[in-house]
Amino acid sequence: MSRKQWLLSGFVAFTCLASTAAISGPIENYSPVTTQRLENPEPGNWMLYRRTYDGQGYSPLDQINASNVKNLTPAWTFATGVVEGHEAPPIVNNGVMFVATPMGQVIALNAKTGDEYWRYKRQLPDDLFQLHPTSRGVGLWEDKLYLATTDDHVVALDAKTGKVVWDTKVQDYKKGQYMTLMPLIVDGKVIVGGSGGEFGVRGYVAAYDAKDGKELWRTFTIPGEGEPGHDTWQGEDWKNGGGSAWMTGNYDKETKTIYWGVGNAAPWPGETHPGDNLYTSSVLALDPNTGKIKTHHQYHQNDSWDWDEVDAPMLIDLQRDGRNIKSLVHPGRDAIFWVLERTPTKINYVAGWPFVSTDVWKGIEPESGKPIVDPAHKPVIGKRVEFCPSLWGGKDWPSAAYSQRTGLVYVPANENFCGGFTGEKVALKPGELWLGTKPEDIGLKAKPGADHFGELQAWDPATGKKVWQHNFPKSQLFGSVTATAGDLVFVGGTNDRNFRAFNAKTGELLWEQKTNSGIMGMPVSYEIDGTQYIAIQSGWGVDAQRIQDALATNNIGIEANVPQGGVIWVFALKK
Amino acid sequence: MSRSSFTTNSASPENSTEPEVDAGIEQTRRTLLLGALASTACLGCSPPARAGEDPPGSDERPQKGDVLVFSEGDKEGKLITAADVPAGGPPVHAWPKDPNTSVVRSASRLNEILIIKLDPAELDEKTRARAVDGIIAYSAICSHAGCPVTAWVKSDVGDKEVFKCMCHNSEYDPRAGAQVVFGPAPRRLAALPLALADGSLNVAGNFIGKVGGAQPG
Ligand code: FES
Repeated sequence: MSRKQWLLSGFVAFTCLASTAAISGPIENYSPVTTQRLENPEPGNWMLYRRTYDGQGYSPLDQINASNVKNLTPAWTFATGVVEGHEAPPIVNNGVMFVATPMGQVIALNAKTGDEYWRYKRQLPDDLFQLHPTSRGVGLWEDKLYLATTDDHVVALDAKTGKVVWDTKVQDYKKGQYMTLMPLIVDGKVIVGGSGGEFGVRGYVAAYDAKDGKELWRTFTIPGEGEPGHDTWQGEDWKNGGGSAWMTGNYDKETKTIYWGVGNAAPWPGETHPGDNLYTSSVLALDPNTGKIKTHHQYHQNDSWDWDEVDAPMLIDLQRDGRNIKSLVHPGRDAIFWVLERTPTKINYVAGWPFVSTDVWKGIEPESGKPIVDPAHKPVIGKRVEFCPSLWGGKDWPSAAYSQRTGLVYVPANENFCGGFTGEKVALKPGELWLGTKPEDIGLKAKPGADHFGELQAWDPATGKKVWQHNFPKSQLFGSVTATAGDLVFVGGTNDRNFRAFNAKTGELLWEQKTNSGIMGMPVSYEIDGTQYIAIQSGWGVDAQRIQDALATNNIGIEANVPQGGVIWVFALKK
Repeated sequence: MSRSSFTTNSASPENSTEPEVDAGIEQTRRTLLLGALASTACLGCSPPARAGEDPPGSDERPQKGDVLVFSEGDKEGKLITAADVPAGGPPVHAWPKDPNTSVVRSASRLNEILIIKLDPAELDEKTRARAVDGIIAYSAICSHAGCPVTAWVKSDVGDKEVFKCMCHNSEYDPRAGAQVVFGPAPRRLAALPLALADGSLNVAGNFIGKVGGAQPG
């Protein structure tokens, strides 16, 4: 080896060390992840975004239950050392926990003790800029894990050591392309979607080979010339039409179909992009092998409210009106609780109703399922328009959950918020915000006399009836929900830093625990050596913070300050 | 079925007449809009692509002796003189420009600058010492997560106007070295020393303080 080669290899080894510092790793006896394990996960593990491919966010563990949850107590905690919104579920595979944090970190921990195995720290560029600098987790496959980064790369790490195995650039972060989702892993494919609707990108979902990071397919969510749906756009609008796809999709393993939520059109005012604007604010049914769009359903047309519908619908088998329905259930940002039917070739509208108050819709066309807009509350150019709910919608990205025991869907909803803005035409500058309004012109208002904001709601999707609701008087609810077979529903999401457990059947608040910061993460449950654990990241930031600041300036007696800083909390029953 | 009611079930086709009327109204409105858009001269057009990918020096931080040009608006690219900066705000958004090569340092967003003219009596001592004729300059990049600081609005916590980053509502007081007065930003905006020669503004030194958002990890 020449001196130069030697120096070079020394440099490579050094940079790997610099980005991944082992503490007590590497991990021994790692359990490789297979299709079989992802399709039928062991009850004690949480290996997918919502634990199972159907996106239900349900754990079959029941050691912690409605009668003993009052004895839940911290088992261990771990400070991430990072500020901003910690949104990722702790992912657990047979005793090993992987946590993604904002700023491109992944931490591998012993899920029983909280001891650190290794930590990956991505060196992010100085000029990186996003409205949502966060991460929603890592996907697992065989002996690797996969991170989608805010500087728009997909990175494969060795699960045992945290060393980078491959690193593929997806698009250019300088043009507003970035990723914050947890990759969906299907049969050795790492499937991701892009963020950046607020920068005027053209959204996409793309798949990478888990082995080597080669791109296998990329499907744009805004159809190009000659593609079906292109005629729902005018002129060149499609080129920067938004439709980002920044949340993990769900997967029907029977029909081998991915269901992926698509965001709103860009820029916000619909006047700037006339037409229905497929496939924005829609769900796409995709073939995971080819990326081909099998079918779609658009929740609402010509979005003008920033109502991303990126949270993928849950796959639930329902008995409704005497019929067995393979449904897609989506409490939408557009304030409508959607029940759809998935068939191999088509998505049918079944039912829809508002789950928070809205003045935007006058009803829903019964056959097509298209909501009917009230033009008085649809933003336009050159005039301020107010609408309810606010641009964060009835429910933003934080996920709802479904309990197979109660048959109920638990929705983290927000009521009594309205918003508004004055639309304006703005030229697109790549890499700069392109909202169609001045950022300072965006408003969030509490309805006068409102007695609460956040609502944890329990709906029966089979009947359309609300079964219970818990109100949060002085806070929004901005965190994902998890249901367990112990008839419990866990959620954070409020500005008082509490993590809570509710009785899944009655809505009774059974337990709460103050944490270091506000929780916008996703609760998970896992089991090791016969002990059931509940884990959550506490770490306030991003949109929960934005709503908080807006609330604080509404003069309704709500504090501005929610402390930041991430901590992983793991709970178990007191012994 | 009342027009304002929500259906919870898909119903028979005869119920769908009213929505079609709505769709018609919507279509007419859209057609009108399209006409309006078509007759508006290029408001939605993209700016010309930057020539041949970033010339040398265009992503370097501002250097002593650089002049300043407007980074947005009608006068984009034109030199900024002291007379171009309105007293009392709002701030002018600028790029530094190398006067020798004529390269505008716009290839890094970290180079965007806010220039504001305030009453010297309002400035704290340190800021006043840095100001020329009441004119002071700061990085336009928020120290929180690196958004551009776009707004000049009345503070949420005081009665004065402040720089505001709308991403998470951080506010900075330009009279006091752009210290944070509200929001999650961890530190002040970097300041850029200016000099005045024959009415023209020049960069007098490097940024003071870190430019851009925190990227821990
Ligand atoms: S980036 Fe400016 S307040 Fe967050």
